[in-house]
Amino acid sequence: MTILTLTGNYAVAYAVKLARVKVVSAYPITPQTTIVEKLAEMIERGEMDAKMIRVESEHSALATVYGAASAGARAFTATASHGLLYMHEMVWWVAGARMPLVMAVVSRAIGPPWNIHVDHQDIFDQRDSGWIISMAQENQEAFDLTLQAFRISEDPRVYLPMMVGLEAFILSHTVAPVDVPDQKEVDEWLPPRRQPYVISPETNFVMGNIVPDEDYMMMRLSIQKAMEAAKEVIKEVDRSYGKKFGREYGGLVECKKCEDADYIIIIAGSWSGEAKMAIEDLREEGYRVGVARIRFIRPWPEEEISELASKVKGIIVFDRAVSFGSKGPLFLDVATTVNGRTSLRGVIAGLGGTEVRKEHIIEVTKEFINKVEEEGRVFEPEYWLLPDPYRGKPLEEVAPRWW
Amino acid sequence: MVIIHKLPNRRYGMPGNASCPGCPESMGLRYLKMALGDKAVLVIPAGCSSVIQGIGPKSGINFPILNIAFAAAGAAASGMKAAFEVQGKDYIVVVWAGDGGTADIGFQALSGAAERNEDIIYICVDNEAYMNTGIQRSGLTPYGAWTTTTWTGKKEHKKNMPFILIAHDVPYVATASVGYPHDFIEKLRKAAKIKGFKYIHLHAPDPVGWRFDSSLTVKVAQLAVQTGMWPLFEYERGSFKLSPFSKKYKDPSKRVPVIEYLKIQGRFKHLLNKPEEIKKIEEYIERTWWWIDLLERSTNPAKTARELLNK
Repeated sequence: MTILTLTGNYAVAYAVKLARVKVVSAYPITPQTTIVEKLAEMIERGEMDAKMIRVESEHSALATVYGAASAGARAFTATASHGLLYMHEMVWWVAGARMPLVMAVVSRAIGPPWNIHVDHQDIFDQRDSGWIISMAQENQEAFDLTLQAFRISEDPRVYLPMMVGLEAFILSHTVAPVDVPDQKEVDEWLPPRRQPYVISPETNFVMGNIVPDEDYMMMRLSIQKAMEAAKEVIKEVDRSYGKKFGREYGGLVECKKCEDADYIIIIAGSWSGEAKMAIEDLREEGYRVGVARIRFIRPWPEEEISELASKVKGIIVFDRAVSFGSKGPLFLDVATTVNGRTSLRGVIAGLGGTEVRKEHIIEVTKEFINKVEEEGRVFEPEYWLLPDPYRGKPLEEVAPRWW
Repeated sequence: MVIIHKLPNRRYGMPGNASCPGCPESMGLRYLKMALGDKAVLVIPAGCSSVIQGIGPKSGINFPILNIAFAAAGAAASGMKAAFEVQGKDYIVVVWAGDGGTADIGFQALSGAAERNEDIIYICVDNEAYMNTGIQRSGLTPYGAWTTTTWTGKKEHKKNMPFILIAHDVPYVATASVGYPHDFIEKLRKAAKIKGFKYIHLHAPDPVGWRFDSSLTVKVAQLAVQTGMWPLFEYERGSFKLSPFSKKYKDPSKRVPVIEYLKIQGRFKHLLNKPEEIKKIEEYIERTWWWIDLLERSTNPAKTARELLNK
C-alpha cells in the first residue's frame, strides 16, 4: 500500500493497471484524456503489460474493447460527454451481448453550446442501456470503484459491463491523496477474468445473429434479472473490498446520518460532499437531515430508498441533469420508488458546471422542510435552483437565455 | 496454385442458412473457409451476411462469428486481434463487410484500422447497393444503376475503394470476384501470410438487386471482369500487378463490349437505348484502366526501366 497524490483520472489509470487489463482503447476527449495518456505512458514505459489501440473515434473505442473482451481479454476504455453519446450504439451492443468490461465516464456537459464542465446528463443518457452505472464522490472512490468494477462485471451472476462515473475537473483534474494497494494485494483479491463465452476457433461460437422475437424478449428479461442479482454482488464486493483494503462504502447507497433523520437529501457524485457538510450546519439549526448518496444509478437501489421513504417526512433530490419535457432523471427514479409515501422535491441544479455551494443546498433544503412542516404533504417534482441573478425567482418570471 | 481436388471437401454453408437463390455472399463465404480453414474468426457488421447466418442460437455458417454494429467492424476486429495476440494465439481475424459496412457507414473504422496497420484481413463483399434493406443506393453503386433510392439511375460513379486503400499504404490490397474462386482463394491464402492490414474487395453480383436470373451470378461476375468494369489486381508491398484473369483486358480491343454486361441486368434497362449514358460508363472503364496503367508503371521500377530501355 502506498499513498499517492493523484488526480481522479490518474487514480482510475492506476486501478486499471493493477487490474492487469490487457487491451486498452480510447479516443481523447476533455476531461477524460489524461486517463488514457497515463495508461499509454505506463504501457510504453513497460510498467503495464497491455496493448494500447489508439482508435479514430469513440464508437470504435468501445467496439475495439468489445472485440478484445469477446476474444477473452480484460479490456478497458474511457470517455466523456460527446464521446459517450457518439458510442451510444455500442453501449447498447456490449450490454446486449452480456460482455463484461469496464469504462470510465468523466461526466461532462453536452453541447451545443460547448461546455466542458461537470454535468450528469451524459451518464444519465446511458441509464436504460443495461450497463451497471456507478458514481464516485472522490478520487479514492474512483480508484476503488474501478478495481471493483472488474470483479462486479465479471461475476457470473452479473456478466454485464460497468461504467465508473467521476466528474469533470472536480474529480478528474483535482489532486487528492489516494491509497494505492500493491499488485500482490490486488492479485489476491481480484480473480482472473471470467466471461460467459469466448469467440475463437476453439469455441466456434456465434454471437449476435438474429433470434426469434420471443427469445429476444427472454434475453432482455435475463438482463433485468442480472441487474437484480448485481445488487447483491455489489454489496458482497463492497464488503470484501472493505475487508481487504479497509474501505467499505455501504453498497449501492452511502448513508450519512440517515438513522435519526426526518428528512433526506438524495444526491450522487462529488457534490454529495457539499450535501454532507450542509447537513452538519442544518443539524446545528435543529433540522434533522441525512444524506443518502446514490453510488449506483443502475441497478437502482430500490430497497434502500424504499426503506428510507417509509421512515422520513420528506425527501429532497438533487439532479445535475434534466429529462427535457419531464423531470430530473434521479428524481423520476426516486418518485417511482417512494410511491407517494412521503413529501418530495426534485431540485435541478448545477447544470454545465454552474456552481452549487453548501449554502445553496442548505437554503433549498431548509425552504423545503419549512414548507412540509407548515403545509403537510408537499410534492414539488421540478424546482430549478437557478444561478444568480435569477436565483429564487419563480420560473414564470424568468425569461431564460436561449441563445 | 489452387488445385480444386485439394480444396477441403467440407460443408461450410449449412442447411438452414437464409441466403437468396444465387447469392454471391454464400459463395464467397464458402471460398473463404476453403482458403483459411479453421483458424479464422469472422467479424460481420450489419448487412446481408447478418441474415444469411440464419436464426440463432444456431448458425448456418460454419464459422466463429462476432456480429457487430454497422460502423464498428474495423474496430472490433482490431480489438479481437489484439486479444488473441496477448493470449499468444495466432488466429486470423477477418472482417466480412458489405459495401455499406466498408465504403460508407463502415469507412471510418476501416480507415482507422488500415492506418494503424492492424494485422487483419478486411473483405468488402461488394454487391453494389444496400441489399439487406432492399436495394438502396450506396457509395459503391455504379453510374446509371437503378436502385430503390435512385429510380432514374445513380448520377455518380462508384467510389474506388481499392485505390483508396492503396493510398493508406497498407501491405496488401487486392480485388477479386465470385466468378473466379481460384483467384480469390489464392489471394486469401497470400493475405493470411502477410503481417499487417490486408484488404480484398470481392465483387459480388446480386441476382435480386441487379435484376438478373439467379442462375447467372457467376456469368455476370465474369462479364464484369471481361468488359474491364472490374479489373482483378494485387498491390503487394508497394508493387502493383494485374491478376492473370484480367491481364489481357488491359488491351481495350480484347474487352467484351460493356453493353453485354449491362443488358443482362435489369438495373441498367433504362440506359440501354441511351448511347450517351453508355458512353459515360465506357469512359469510366477507360479512366479506371488509365489509373491501373499509372500504378503498374509507377510501382514497378524494374518494369519501368525495361520500358525506358526499349524506347
